[in-house]
Amino acid sequence: MDKILVGLKRVVDYNVRVRVKSDGSGVETDGVKMSINPFDEIALEEALRIRDRGEAREVVVVSIGPSDAQQQLRTGLAMGADRAILVETSSAPDPLTGARILLEMVNREKPDLVILGKQAIDNDNSQTGQMLAALWGRPQATFASKLALDGTKATVTREVDSGLELLEVDLPAVVTVDLRMNEPRYVKLPDIMKAKKKPLDQIALASLGISTGAVASVTAFEPPQQRQKGVMVSDVAGLVAAMKDKGLL
Amino acid sequence: MVKVLVIAEHDGKRLNASTAKCVACAAAIPGADIHVAVLGENGERVAREATSLAGISKVIQIDNAANAYPVAAVLAPQIAKLAAAYTHILGPSTTFGRDLMPRVAALLNVNQISDIMQVLGSHTFKRPIYAGNAIVTVEAPAGHPVVGTVRMASYRGVDNTGKAATERASIGVELPKHTRFISLQAGKSDRPDLQTASRVVSGGRALGSSENFGIIFRLADAIGAAVGASRAAVDAGFVPNEMQVGQTGKIIAPELYIAIGISGAIQHLTGIKDARTIVAINKDGDAPIFEVADFGLVGDLFKLVPELEQALKS
Ligand SMILES: Cc1cc2nc3c(=O)[nH]c(=O)nc-3n(C[C@H](O)[C@H](O)[C@H](O)COP(=O)(O)OP(=O)(O)OC[C@H]3O[C@@H](n4cnc5c(N)ncnc54)[C@H](O)[C@@H]3O)c2cc1C
Repeated sequence: MDKILVGLKRVVDYNVRVRVKSDGSGVETDGVKMSINPFDEIALEEALRIRDRGEAREVVVVSIGPSDAQQQLRTGLAMGADRAILVETSSAPDPLTGARILLEMVNREKPDLVILGKQAIDNDNSQTGQMLAALWGRPQATFASKLALDGTKATVTREVDSGLELLEVDLPAVVTVDLRMNEPRYVKLPDIMKAKKKPLDQIALASLGISTGAVASVTAFEPPQQRQKGVMVSDVAGLVAAMKDKGLL
Repeated sequence: MVKVLVIAEHDGKRLNASTAKCVACAAAIPGADIHVAVLGENGERVAREATSLAGISKVIQIDNAANAYPVAAVLAPQIAKLAAAYTHILGPSTTFGRDLMPRVAALLNVNQISDIMQVLGSHTFKRPIYAGNAIVTVEAPAGHPVVGTVRMASYRGVDNTGKAATERASIGVELPKHTRFISLQAGKSDRPDLQTASRVVSGGRALGSSENFGIIFRLADAIGAAVGASRAAVDAGFVPNEMQVGQTGKIIAPELYIAIGISGAIQHLTGIKDARTIVAINKDGDAPIFEVADFGLVGDLFKLVPELEQALKS
């Protein structure tokens, strides 16, 4: 195949414990470490492996977000992507707008395969890949843990609630990946240097002429209900007694 | 008029427990008239089961050979067509609904409200973000259909005292052939279902091997519990993926959750926040799991778990 398009979203690093601001106006993101959404990193790793096996010619990474998302695209280039595109927006758009933007990138780049993360760990929406596939009128294979290409088709193993599902899709298609698909490589210093020379195009959202439709608005943020730390028991007998006391057994 | 269409999840034979939970969420929308759509190859048996869901007024049975196995690209255009008569379309936040509903939403030109945990009004909902570290109130735009998935751990299914009628419908819409279901490799188990069990025993990386995981199964059997696992235990191949509990596994709300040799990473805790009681056994007294456990026991699981099994059996 010729080309694989991969989406990279800039999100708060998964190790950061996100907190709601005390005035309830949002979550605290000032000075917080930002990274590539972990699922997207796996998507990119898979695309790179396909290319490095000789099954694709080029891997293009796309991010939609603020100018700072260039950092994540540079990391993607350092991992091995050939080119990067940043569609610059003031903040990350809603999933439907994101899917429309990706569709525009698909129309320009004409990839044979789009690989995205199954969800972004900030808003946990898990919508963008499915929406892109719908708007594009192409197959979707979500929550994938294995991807095998065969000419004009792909066979995808999906992690579903009841086990593992095998789905066959015609290409081009959208695949969204789950965590067990692969383990992303670490970038080495020379790769970071090399990545600086790779092309990174910036496109202003306004130039795409995409209208953002009716968007759900967030009207309040609150911290989740905290569980209280309970009691420590000293042995099995104590544990059984405590559970019996609470009517659990 | 608030008209809610709930998309039934089923395996061709039986209704999944997720559907009764979606109906419970739908019933919380003020003034809702609730219909349930059963899309299948021959959905008669499932549709009949659905008629007893309390609070619904109709079951719509849509039979089509293409619906033999749920493929999102095939189901979505049918649901989008049906949706014209409804103000709300709800599905479960299971892998079935999470795959399908955003595709429906895109066809209807709206964003989806994912993981609804509370209904505040016909267009106002609460949902978790950042792995449950924040809860947001979202307002869906007026004048557009609301498409949502229902967070399973937030609802108790409605009971089966209903007596709705079934209506058969056929939907004239072209269905794509570009996506083909090949097979489902489903774990077979006589144990209770992880997603609906009232008791769950989970094991983590500390178990060390799939043979050792046997002690988790034996403890679970002693108290009639379902078995879960941390991601580390699944990644290491001790148990299959469908047993993973957490942000990227199953989000569950049992009466009793026993976490054994699990450290309590935020992504794991996301999956058990709504458990009524959490019990933890870990050799590290500083493990984060103890911050949320109602009862904690520090020690070696290989000694304590068999002891606990004996104590609970007798
Ligand atoms: C995007 C993302 C999504 C994720 N989603 C999930 C998810 O859905 N579910 C999930 O579980 N994780 C998830 N994770 C992984 C998560 O961050 C942790 O890595 C994982 O939960 C750790 O599993 P664990 O507790 O079994 O292993 P560890 O963290 O290694 O903990 C093992 C524990 O066992 C204890 N122990 C060791 N030996 C013994 C013994 N003999 N007796 C008693 N105790 C012992 C140790 O003290 C330790 O606390 C996700 C991570 C990312 C980045």
